[in-house]
Amino acid sequence: MASNEQATGHMRGALNKVRCDACPVLCQISAGRTGACDRWGNVDGVLTRIDPLVLTQHSTTSDNSVAGGELPLGGESRTFLTGVGSGTTYPDYKPAPFIVSTRHEGVDMVTVVTEGIFSYCSFKVKIDTDRYLGPEQANVRHGGEIVGHVTTAEYGSQMLSIGGVHHLTGGSKKEGRATCDLMAALGNKQAVELAIDGGAHVVVQSGRPPIVDGVPEARMRVGCGSATIGIFAQQWFGLVDEVVVVDDHITGVLSEHQAGKQLGVRPSGIEMRGRRSTPGRYFKVANPGVGWGGTDIADPLTIVEGFDPEVAWPGMRLLMVSTTGEHFAYYVLDAQLRPQPADLTLPLRAAVERIAENCEPALSTVLFVGGAGGSLRAGVTNSPVRLTQAIKAALVNVTCGGAPAYVWPGGGITVMVDVARMPDRSFGTVPTPAIVAPLEFTLKLADYAALGGHLDSVVPLEDVLARKALRAARSDSANPWPVAAGALLG
Amino acid sequence: MSTHGGTAARARLAIDRWHFQHGPIDLIIGLDADPALSEGLIEAMWTRFERILPELVMDLPQLRRPAHERPRLQSPSGLAMLRACKPFADQRFITPMAAVAGAVADELLAPLRRERIRRCFINNGGDIALLLAPGADYRVGVWPQVGLDGAFTVTADMPVRGIATSGWRGRSFSLGIADSVTVLAADAAGADAAATLIANAVNCEHAAIVRAPADTLKDDTDLGSRLVTVDVPPLPPATVAQALARGRREAEYWQRRGLVHAAALFLQGRTEVLRPPGAESPFETLIPARAVPPLRATVPA
Repeated sequence: MASNEQATGHMRGALNKVRCDACPVLCQISAGRTGACDRWGNVDGVLTRIDPLVLTQHSTTSDNSVAGGELPLGGESRTFLTGVGSGTTYPDYKPAPFIVSTRHEGVDMVTVVTEGIFSYCSFKVKIDTDRYLGPEQANVRHGGEIVGHVTTAEYGSQMLSIGGVHHLTGGSKKEGRATCDLMAALGNKQAVELAIDGGAHVVVQSGRPPIVDGVPEARMRVGCGSATIGIFAQQWFGLVDEVVVVDDHITGVLSEHQAGKQLGVRPSGIEMRGRRSTPGRYFKVANPGVGWGGTDIADPLTIVEGFDPEVAWPGMRLLMVSTTGEHFAYYVLDAQLRPQPADLTLPLRAAVERIAENCEPALSTVLFVGGAGGSLRAGVTNSPVRLTQAIKAALVNVTCGGAPAYVWPGGGITVMVDVARMPDRSFGTVPTPAIVAPLEFTLKLADYAALGGHLDSVVPLEDVLARKALRAARSDSANPWPVAAGALLG
Repeated sequence: MSTHGGTAARARLAIDRWHFQHGPIDLIIGLDADPALSEGLIEAMWTRFERILPELVMDLPQLRRPAHERPRLQSPSGLAMLRACKPFADQRFITPMAAVAGAVADELLAPLRRERIRRCFINNGGDIALLLAPGADYRVGVWPQVGLDGAFTVTADMPVRGIATSGWRGRSFSLGIADSVTVLAADAAGADAAATLIANAVNCEHAAIVRAPADTLKDDTDLGSRLVTVDVPPLPPATVAQALARGRREAEYWQRRGLVHAAALFLQGRTEVLRPPGAESPFETLIPARAVPPLRATVPA
């Protein structure tokens, strides 16, 4: 499954130099040397990333106020060596770069630390917005190159699938490079710009609000207009005579909606624009946009045709509100049944704020999906299938940069992990092009011996701490201590 | 994000600290200002930062030529590197590359000098540009790998807005054997160039010191076939003292010319401190080294 092919770089004739294109310096690196950054080097003719190893510090206190950077390093039991910067197993039969032992509750544990080179990998991006980003299956582009596609929408969110083997190695060289760079940036929690064919232009970044056509998304709506009526009808009842929840998807009208009917809300005679669906639900009251409730309107009265004089009455109180509570207006009908703006009563203001406070912040979230079922396993054990079997038997905890990785059921070791929980700069690239990602397998020493592990290569964690260039990162506070946690199996 | 030639990356480390990285440039930025102002300043700095490396790369072949040969340069950082190295160039071999880290830090910091900011530092791999409002100060720690730890305070009334550290263990090659030399000077580029030369001067002949032509270790080095230090085994005390004394003479020479404010030289557990004329040593504490990874000068949060 995992393609463990190694980058060959760009070989330069008899000089055996590798040209590194990781940055604009474009170093020509001779065998055994490093480039200007000391991050990339020519290892036996192969361009290889040689960053310092990253440790995560799992705080035993709740103090996570110090983020990143410059923590003291120590050999205490709560230090976990991640695969970030560990190097790869190339050629594959070599033991993984670090096989370290730790004690946990009196049991010898082994963590096999490596960096996988993944061709079979992708990022699933969930974008919390109801705005229309583009048709399902539409191509997603970066710098003009196709790097992914729009996939099935989920609740309150649009979904993109980015990267993958077909874009990395199946298209043109330019497409492969663009995809690879973009994937590394997404994984490293950077903001990336994506253009969707026949749709929107979006900026996504792990853990940050999405920006759709230049407008940052603040809140995820509490529900569609109809759902908002359903949720809050009882709380509005008695405070106001009619409520219109403006929504580009489905606009809701309280007095016509089933929720209003059951409460005995008196018909208001409001006449709405748009196409009426079931009672109290209207489609296409306006065009999509960045105004009220994802429509293009700034004045909510433009979606109201008028009031039936047979039904409406002077003094009728009307609330208009968006699905996020971001926009609202309050009117009282005058003697000619014309809505006149009025100040919200305090209880009604509280009811509007209730909508806003029930909205979650809109975010882009990025999951890495990679398949490590291939030859990478040889760096862990001399009998690769036994590693897969041990993982499926819940004997092995799989983590990526110390973050818990969900192991997909079925064949191979296909893992899924939230990049937000991994250390910064966890992802790298090789010119294949392919993605380099950290991977750690933690298991009992006895189990490791039983599955044919490279026991001769096991070193105590303290020895690694003493000899390597190290970078400390604080573990995401939500991550369990990898040595004590069980596997997340599908 | 450019798809050609790699991407600059940034991360926010804390409320007032950022990390910028592009190829060989690694910056830690600390900004002590109104949060509303900080956001905009960091954005502006980032925009400038993304251009710096491509500009320097255009000048790179010229920047590797000795400063006295008057290389022809275009980029603002490249010109600043040459300016910083020129005062040294008549008497010593030096290329503008000796000041690259400091010059980049200075250039990014310069626009902030017009703003209402209490303090800012830009730490480019140990070469640090400082901004201090009147009355403000920074406490700075120095952790050479072997030898002594130092700590000092830079106050706004000192003529110091640059700190640089050089030594054979660092990222760049050294012709000398100093574990590290830390220089305080008017700006980071000047401190960078001076630290490079003083570290080169901390030297002596000893058969056990391993040296190799720079161009056999790294491609495209500005040092050509000059011998650079690869390993320094434990040396006899007299040899250490002699090497430090040479370094001190070099530091004093440049201090008399106004290019160095103060300096601390570290070699195998011994230290030489060059005080500013007529003032106390800014290096207030010198304590035995702990077993720490090879960090260079760091600015405490």
